[in-house]
Amino acid sequence: MRYLPKSPADREAILRAIGVRSVDDLFAPIPAEYRLNRDLKIPRQMAESEIVDFFKQRSRENGDGYTSFLGAGAYLHYRPVIIDSLISRGEFLTAYTPYQAEISQGTLQSIFEFQTMICELTGMEVANASMYDGSTAAAEAVMMAVRLTGRRSVVVARSLHPEYREVLATYATHQGMPLAIAGYGENGRVNLRELEKTVNSETAAVLVQSPNFFGTIEDIAAVAEIAHRNGAMLVVSIAEAVSLGIVEPPREADVIAMEAQSFGVPLGFGGPYCGVIATREKFVRQMPGRLVGQTVDKQGKRGFVLTLATREQHIRREKATSNICTNQALVALMVNIFMTVYGKVGLKELAKQNLAKTAYAAGQFAKHGKVLFGQSPRFNEFIVETSEDPYAINSRLLGHKIVGGFPLKKFYPELGNAALWCCTEMTTRSAIDTAVGLVAESERSVNAPEEVDAEEVAR
Amino acid sequence: MKHPTPKATRHVNQNEGLIFEKSSAGKAAWKLPPLDVPEVDTTKLLGSAERKDLGQMPEVSEIEIIRHFTRLSTWNYAIDLGMYPLGSCTMKYNPRVNEAVARVEGIANGHPYQPEKISQGALRIMQTLSEALIEITGMDAITLQPAAGAHGEMTGLLMVRAYHHAKGNPRKKILIPDSAHGTNPATAAMVNYAVENLKSDSRGMVDLAALEAQMTEEVAALMLTNPNTLGVFEQDIHKIADILHAKGGLLYMDGANMNALVGKVRPGDFGVDVMHLNLHKTFSTPHGGGGPGSGPVAIKKALEPFLPIPVVVARPDNTLGFDYNRPQSVGRVRSFYGNFGMFVRALAYIQANGPDGLRQTTEDAVLNANYIRKGLEGTYDLPYSTPTMHEVVFSDKVQAKKGVRTMDIAKRLIDYGFHPYTTAFPLIVPGALMIEPTESESKEEMDLFVEAMKSIAEEVEEDPQTVLDAPHSTRVSRLDETMAARKPVLRWKSGA
Repeated sequence: MRYLPKSPADREAILRAIGVRSVDDLFAPIPAEYRLNRDLKIPRQMAESEIVDFFKQRSRENGDGYTSFLGAGAYLHYRPVIIDSLISRGEFLTAYTPYQAEISQGTLQSIFEFQTMICELTGMEVANASMYDGSTAAAEAVMMAVRLTGRRSVVVARSLHPEYREVLATYATHQGMPLAIAGYGENGRVNLRELEKTVNSETAAVLVQSPNFFGTIEDIAAVAEIAHRNGAMLVVSIAEAVSLGIVEPPREADVIAMEAQSFGVPLGFGGPYCGVIATREKFVRQMPGRLVGQTVDKQGKRGFVLTLATREQHIRREKATSNICTNQALVALMVNIFMTVYGKVGLKELAKQNLAKTAYAAGQFAKHGKVLFGQSPRFNEFIVETSEDPYAINSRLLGHKIVGGFPLKKFYPELGNAALWCCTEMTTRSAIDTAVGLVAESERSVNAPEEVDAEEVAR
Repeated sequence: MKHPTPKATRHVNQNEGLIFEKSSAGKAAWKLPPLDVPEVDTTKLLGSAERKDLGQMPEVSEIEIIRHFTRLSTWNYAIDLGMYPLGSCTMKYNPRVNEAVARVEGIANGHPYQPEKISQGALRIMQTLSEALIEITGMDAITLQPAAGAHGEMTGLLMVRAYHHAKGNPRKKILIPDSAHGTNPATAAMVNYAVENLKSDSRGMVDLAALEAQMTEEVAALMLTNPNTLGVFEQDIHKIADILHAKGGLLYMDGANMNALVGKVRPGDFGVDVMHLNLHKTFSTPHGGGGPGSGPVAIKKALEPFLPIPVVVARPDNTLGFDYNRPQSVGRVRSFYGNFGMFVRALAYIQANGPDGLRQTTEDAVLNANYIRKGLEGTYDLPYSTPTMHEVVFSDKVQAKKGVRTMDIAKRLIDYGFHPYTTAFPLIVPGALMIEPTESESKEEMDLFVEAMKSIAEEVEEDPQTVLDAPHSTRVSRLDETMAARKPVLRWKSGA
């Protein structure tokens, strides 16, 4: 086996040194009746070339070569090549959690820079070293608000990513945290009147997303006013990090729970991604996850350490702020390098391109179908309502190597034949024109549909 | 250093400030293509939601970024540099083919919501890995969704709770041995179970009499690490399972130490009902400085209805798809399907090994740990003489007489060119030195380690101050952690 650095003679020598006859003697503590006396029924040992072939084959079965208009919490942005050059360095890739600070300063300083840039972008005072993803970060942020307010109930916007809502529901079930939903209005934003009625003196947190699942930018000041007037905390989820280049961050929030995937992390069929929580300094001791802090060594030289560990499971056990142990360090490093590459000016220009492509696409679609919530500001997603089932349209688009917008009826049956489309800096005008043309064609031919079980094909 | 070490030599490395200290207006490392659609008036589109300023985000050039992160990287220790004997953490070699295949276009850029018809590659990877892990653990079904081991624990306990709830009583308590990982009690609390401590016996194993006494119909499960954190296989495992099952309880296995068992014995065969795996431990996905992990949960048939949604299923036409229609599911624990990129790497590792390679890997891991145990016995105190498997726990009892504790010895090891072992865990061993070499170490590397540890023991006798002040060869000496916690500085500020 090519990963194992021992010859048969080495193994013999080690057995002699230990004083046992065979390696099976070392497994004697396992009762004989449970020992496996056969080979595992898994594929045989493969050569490296065979492994590469296997995955290249899987890649060809996996949307390789398609142009996609999908967003909905996972965004295709350009990844500068230096991200992979740098994270492939073994000193980053194959290091453990930086508990031994003296030989982990590289990881620690990079996390400190990550925390700083997340603060700059979100307008918050402190940020942690990362969480699993945006959905679990949102759930953990809400639980943080529950601890801080001493209240238990939570109001969640229906325009929050539906899968984030599902994750929160799972976490909340056994924490005795009742969840109430606040719907969205005609403008695709949280319905403030409904929110007003739902938030009360028992509400620990109001959770909204901005830009929300429909791509619409929420009126954070108005939401914050309602939450704060009732003594509740405002938790804002941000799923599209690139929006922070041009959209004002939710400064009125008490906690921000982010998904930073857009910053240089591959789509990767849904993970690993990079959640992060940012908040005010006064709440830091209730924040879950690892934190890096600046300090000095014995000679007074600047250095960095993991700090405030008394919040964590390995010290506090069942009284910890969370059971979270790992973070997403290597993915946070991708995010860090991405933020460094684009920086103060690049992030803004990048966000502007997203805005322009989306404005163009929405304008083109509006000529042939209905674009919903057009009166509210949006970033890089918009909803197109068609006469035909979007699954059927998408099925046809697939034949042209185009993946159409995300059909919303799965999560929002009331939106009928609506689909969520996304454009980024990667979307070309010609791809937009082709997609618009195909949708227009299908709108025209809607009265003469082909005999395809489209839903079955494009599901 | 008293004895020159053959393992490492000091060499110059580069100083480097924070990236913000290199920033100045007008430098850039990015270039966007020309816009092929009309420019937009951002103020008109966004109104009051428009952002005007990005604060103190850096402005630097590409070469500066490359040097910045390359310099930082050289300040880290890594498996690629040498032995990383962190007990319980399983720092094994991270094969590079794993990284290569994770970056193949269709795998790296697959969108989680792309239609199933063009997701068959990803689904097949998930299916193939699931089947392999089910066979390796001897369980009946699996979810790959949890993002890390602790997240897997939570998912496992949610299923335990759902199982009991379906039987009419969710029960109140989880039993946890005093040698357990801190995540176990923290997880139980998140699922609203009370934690009851279970004492270990003189061999470092579960005390059967205590278990018998504490096991009631209010106990939902026992969370057991096997081999436990002392590296000891729980020989009475089936009796433990029987005691639990007799009262309707479940046996949860923390699979952190599964690397001691793969190909030799299967938890499903010795009575385990639910367990999590850490793909970054047993299945070689990189630790990356602290994540991403991945924590699949394998279960017995009786728990299958409660798996998180969605579940990968075969359709009548032989294609694969996601099943969301599972009314008894505990729900969703993460968006999308989990850390898919880690599934790719773990499967590539399993393929590179095959059944023979995985068995040999386990045997070598156990062989190595016992070689180190033999090499250091007599020099360091071994609090439990019970046979151990993939790791061994010593204590600092002998060295403590000179005022030198496990953390000091660990720090001194850095000067000898090694990463420290795990200190002060498990909690049942005061002053623990927890050592796990993994299968990735050659005899030569382990000989150097044993030599270094013996040399430090001599230093403790002759010149303890050298050990107490260690490390002496690093960029920074021991850092003031008290100040860091008392006056937290958690971000850079200009002029600060």
